[in-house]
Amino acid sequence: MSVDTVGTRTDFPAEPPEHPTAPYLRMERIPHVWCPGCGIGTVVQCFATALERSGVDLDKASVVSGIGCSGRAAGYLKLDGFHATHGRAIPFATGLKLGRPELLVTVFSGDGDLSGIGGNHFIHAARRNMDLLVILINNFIYGMTGGQNAPTTPLTAKSSTMPFGNFEPPFNLPHLAASCGAPYVARWTCLHIRRLTWTLEEAIQRKGFRLVEVVAPCPPLYSRLNKLGTGLDGMSFYHDNAVIKHGADTRDLGIDFQESIVCGKFVDEEKPTFSELMDTHYDRVLGDKYVPMAPEGGWLHE
Amino acid sequence: MRPDPAGVLTGAHYLDGDFACGEGAMAAGCRFVAGYPITPSTEVVERISRRFPAMGGTFIQMEDELASMAAVVGAAWTGTKAMTVTSGPGFSLMMENIGLAAMMETPCVVVNVQRGGPSTGLPTMVGQGDVMQARWGSHGDYEVIALTPQSPQEAFDLTIDAFNLSERFRVPVMFMMDECVGHMTERVVIPEPEEIDVVPRVLTDKSPQEFEPYSVNGTEIPEFARAGDGYRFHTTGLTHDERGYPVMSVDCQETCVSRLLDKINDNADEIVRFEEEGIEDAEVVVVTYGITARVARLAIDLARAEGVKVGLLRLIVIWPFAERRIRDLARSVGAMVVPEINYGQLVLEVERCAGGRCPVVSVTHGGGGVHDPAVIAKKIIEAGASRT
Ligand SMILES: Cc1ncc(C[n+]2csc(CCOP(=O)(O)OP(=O)(O)O)c2C)c(N)n1
Ligand code: SF4
Ligand SMILES: [Mg+2]
Repeated sequence: MSVDTVGTRTDFPAEPPEHPTAPYLRMERIPHVWCPGCGIGTVVQCFATALERSGVDLDKASVVSGIGCSGRAAGYLKLDGFHATHGRAIPFATGLKLGRPELLVTVFSGDGDLSGIGGNHFIHAARRNMDLLVILINNFIYGMTGGQNAPTTPLTAKSSTMPFGNFEPPFNLPHLAASCGAPYVARWTCLHIRRLTWTLEEAIQRKGFRLVEVVAPCPPLYSRLNKLGTGLDGMSFYHDNAVIKHGADTRDLGIDFQESIVCGKFVDEEKPTFSELMDTHYDRVLGDKYVPMAPEGGWLHE
Repeated sequence: MRPDPAGVLTGAHYLDGDFACGEGAMAAGCRFVAGYPITPSTEVVERISRRFPAMGGTFIQMEDELASMAAVVGAAWTGTKAMTVTSGPGFSLMMENIGLAAMMETPCVVVNVQRGGPSTGLPTMVGQGDVMQARWGSHGDYEVIALTPQSPQEAFDLTIDAFNLSERFRVPVMFMMDECVGHMTERVVIPEPEEIDVVPRVLTDKSPQEFEPYSVNGTEIPEFARAGDGYRFHTTGLTHDERGYPVMSVDCQETCVSRLLDKINDNADEIVRFEEEGIEDAEVVVVTYGITARVARLAIDLARAEGVKVGLLRLIVIWPFAERRIRDLARSVGAMVVPEINYGQLVLEVERCAGGRCPVVSVTHGGGGVHDPAVIAKKIIEAGASRT
């Protein structure tokens, strides 16, 4: 197309075509709060695509977030969305799942929310094999509050409260989940669009406590303090430093500062969930006397 | 409507207050309980965990009280009636998510079997020191409803009322038992299901297109949609508009928060409950609640024997406070005496409502036991004497 033809075209559609993810989002809330170059948005996009491909009944899908930048996801997805308190997305989601067992309940939140203040709930939900898909955005920092140290901040990385570099050993989250019994554990970076989408699609079909950790940049805070560049630089940096090793020993998944990030699917097992264990157990010991939670959920409605 | 008969253990029983509370919850239709063990409340969930599997209820022992309260709020959003049970230290841990329940307008019940505080305090011994916390414990402005039973029978009856009020007003209701009532065993009569009234979770009949989770249209209480019915609604602890979407503005804050207060305060007359004994000719009125009301009756007998005209105002609902009644009484009686097992909590409300129109005497007790009736009687007699 030569330059002088630009601006002479008249056949533009009156309305731009709808973005393919739009039906899964609360478009009336866009623009969102996230910064340019933030890694959270691509994960929302991948999750929406995975929902579409999986063909699940979206009316029966709920998303629960805690507090943080990542925690805003529940407010943008066009599902039943619950924006709970800081750290409590997993127990809130536990109540939702047990109250209405046929729901697909996804927890979408940050590293600080899920492994810092909410760490106790994380390990117990994994131990119980609560039927929750947990999408954890790991930006190595408390983003929303301004870049403070997190339980995921790599050794020597700078944060606003470790201005001289972090000296606390961080969590290896896939290993934490796996050692508590989680039957599905994977990790990608937010630029592994196809692989992450595929993993999420698979995770939606699995049951039990499923952890999908997604490493994502936070350009204005973590990336700036740690000289990872702006915008796409941070995403590319993580993507290019990823080493894909499906089935890797989860003990080897710790993330060192600016070093390689092992990605892939590490655990994929079949294990009875909390509700299945409860049902089988009560069936066995109580027989006909056992009445499970009403399949349609809830009681005493009018 | 009538309850699910599976939850109603009709008959005359010999139960402690904790068991009776658990029975009340099951009769009211509670089918989700999350809790964490703590004396003197644990018997409530022990009772429930034994009976739930036969009635389609789910009990889960969570990892702590933060989780318990969060799970209750989550479960309530599926339309299931939900409750948690604790005592002082756990009540403190629940506060943030009680605020969330209030902000999201989530019907649910929180039972606190009070023991002596502060901190770990007196785990196995009575206290009434959490009554202000029940009202003010979470940050910011919100309103709750709180009830105080005086006997195992009331632990049963009022637990049903607690659920009904939580449904009617879409608030967390605090069920403020005390260790004495929780651990005292008495006759409890559980009626036939046909004789019990339960308020169901009324689900909106609007279409998903018309429905907004927080629009009220002149009423004060929004319609409810539960998760999984296709409404695809959003709810948050952030200040929000009718759609449940966060809006960070002075105006939205005013609209959002003031309705949380108004829906309780404007209906206080419907919610407030108390019982009066011998008030007609009383010169002194004892204002109290829970186990202390039963102790106060003995004190009243002692004081009457000394010729003091004294009556009892027993608060059943402590929040919202029986403001109008106390204000009226303060005009006609000579003094009010307020015994409670704390260093003077609800007496502050009594003083506020009396507004200086009559003297208000606090009879404190640090906890670990109930008052000596003679101590309350002495205060009544002194108050009666200063009157004449
Ligand atoms: C009880 C409580 N403590 C502290 C906060 C403040 N706070 C809000 S978000 C946040 C950190 C969120 O970090 P993370 O979960 O990693 O999310 P990100 O913003 O990085 O996506 C904190 C500490 C809060 N909201 N509530
Ligand atoms: S502060 Fe960081 S995590 Fe939060 S939106 Fe901005 S880039 Fe994303
Ligand atoms: Mg973070």
